[in-house]
Amino acid sequence: MSTITYEEPRLQAATGVEAMNRKQPEHRKKLRPSDILLYLALTGLSFLFCLPFVWLILTSLKPPAEVFSGGFIPTEWTWKNYQDIFRQAPITQWMLNTAIVSILGVVSVVLSSSLVAYGFARLRFRGNTALFGLVIATYLLPGSVTMIPTFLIWNELGAVNTLWPLWAGNLFGSAFYIFMLRQFLLTIPQDLVDSARIDGASFFRIYWNIMLPLIRPALVAVAIFEFNAKWNDFMTPLIYLNNPDRYTLALGLASFKSDFAELGTQWSLLLAASVIFTIPMVVVFFIFQRYFMEGITHSGIKG
Amino acid sequence: MKEETIAGWVAISPWLIGFVIFTAGPFLASLYFSFTKYDVLNPPEWVGLDNYQRLLTRDRLFPLALRNTFIFAIMYVPLHIITALGVAMLLDKARHLKGVFRTAFYLPAITPAVATAYLWVWILNPNDGVVNQFLRALHLPAPGWTVDPFWTKPTIVISSIWTMGAAMIMFLAALQGVPKDLYEAATLDGANSWQRFRGITLPLISGVTFFVATISIISSLNVFTQGYVMFDKDGGPEGSALFVVMYLFKRAFGSGYFQMGYASAIAWMLFLIILVVTFIQFKFSSRWVYYEHDTR
Repeated sequence: MSTITYEEPRLQAATGVEAMNRKQPEHRKKLRPSDILLYLALTGLSFLFCLPFVWLILTSLKPPAEVFSGGFIPTEWTWKNYQDIFRQAPITQWMLNTAIVSILGVVSVVLSSSLVAYGFARLRFRGNTALFGLVIATYLLPGSVTMIPTFLIWNELGAVNTLWPLWAGNLFGSAFYIFMLRQFLLTIPQDLVDSARIDGASFFRIYWNIMLPLIRPALVAVAIFEFNAKWNDFMTPLIYLNNPDRYTLALGLASFKSDFAELGTQWSLLLAASVIFTIPMVVVFFIFQRYFMEGITHSGIKG
Repeated sequence: MKEETIAGWVAISPWLIGFVIFTAGPFLASLYFSFTKYDVLNPPEWVGLDNYQRLLTRDRLFPLALRNTFIFAIMYVPLHIITALGVAMLLDKARHLKGVFRTAFYLPAITPAVATAYLWVWILNPNDGVVNQFLRALHLPAPGWTVDPFWTKPTIVISSIWTMGAAMIMFLAALQGVPKDLYEAATLDGANSWQRFRGITLPLISGVTFFVATISIISSLNVFTQGYVMFDKDGGPEGSALFVVMYLFKRAFGSGYFQMGYASAIAWMLFLIILVVTFIQFKFSSRWVYYEHDTR
């Protein structure tokens, strides 16, 4: 299989992403007077967008008394806020819970959605098209409609206040990812399947050994999106968890505010906790930036 | 091809099982619950249209939540689209450092919603927040962002616009798919930049604009986390940040409530509203959305 060269499928608008990275011809590189305005605007705006971020990090390193005062740069750099937040709240436990939910959610959604997408894209059986129409319909259904009965199901299973309801739904695939992966699977040449069939490979062997490796970039994009979604999810933990030891970071962080209200809102701790919560996502973003951008581009043209 | 049929059904079985248990079942169940009184401890009791009648005539908070949600959507959707498109157009013109700028504009989008909420409550703090310190230094009025019922929704809008990165990337990709020779030809024919924007750019990116508009509308009607975290479960000052999903949540899971039937009726009202809005949007889309048949 290793001799097969295969270019990852790109949909029409994805050419935009390539064009973004492509080097422009030399003669267009010269700065024109109107460019000065353009770059001034871009620099000013991007500064405005990043400022809250930089501020957040700098302030979390200031002594608590200076949260709303003092300059932009801390007069005294300190880790105190971070030490305090780890002492005052089970941050490590929350981080662990969030990681468990995110990782289990990612693995299960990638495996299930890709298998289902493979069924819809590459296997002929009666009802295929009609059922795929149902997949699209479920994507448009707002979560609030199914929220209450879903809660009752987990409640019946005794899973309220456990991490199960936060990720196990992913075992059944997710409509949007099924749609996206199906698009990619449709572009794989039938010849590959036919020759594998002649060699006696089963349909599931083809899925595992041929299809999955060929759509790797799309699988990575799905994994990143889902990691982001699970890491940030606030509403599901809010519905299902009420024991602070089971909290995820999102819920734990949100629970601070009510506690801190009585303490006079210790902003420095809140901001330090926000940084801890955000950093892992930023790291993931910088590692997988390319997949992020391409994944978003693909999701935008699905209409 | 019997083997293929079996393999096909096995392959889609995870989705099929999930569909029955977690989508179709709950969908019908919530419709049924919306006609009942149900507190989980006792079996549901059929009350007909009572829940809906109460929501529309006797409930003081539901119209408030509905009104707040609409006001938020009306502010958020156009601003979101204009900001994302505006930034994308600037980026599209840039020939240097494009990657750096793109990252800078996208970074806020990956910030977790709860962290974003805190960040903006801190920045917009009416007394000591950076923004109001700045405004006072310029002798401008300093709004009560998080305490004045008039300003709570704009506060949420600002924090939501800050995370417009995904829409911007979609617009950027669409803009770069517009053939540059079209602009050159139009310029030769004497079209000014506004005419080029109206006549070429807007029609050629309308497919993406439609998609962005659809997701912004649906997400703004479902707004929850920002209101809940930036303010509280009751929507802050005078309930000015109480949104429909927050009210649903309060009735279903708020301490002392557990009114699953009533909350299901709220969910179905919201569902019908989203359905109508989306339908109207699709209906009007043929007037302004232009699909290119030739994909080069």
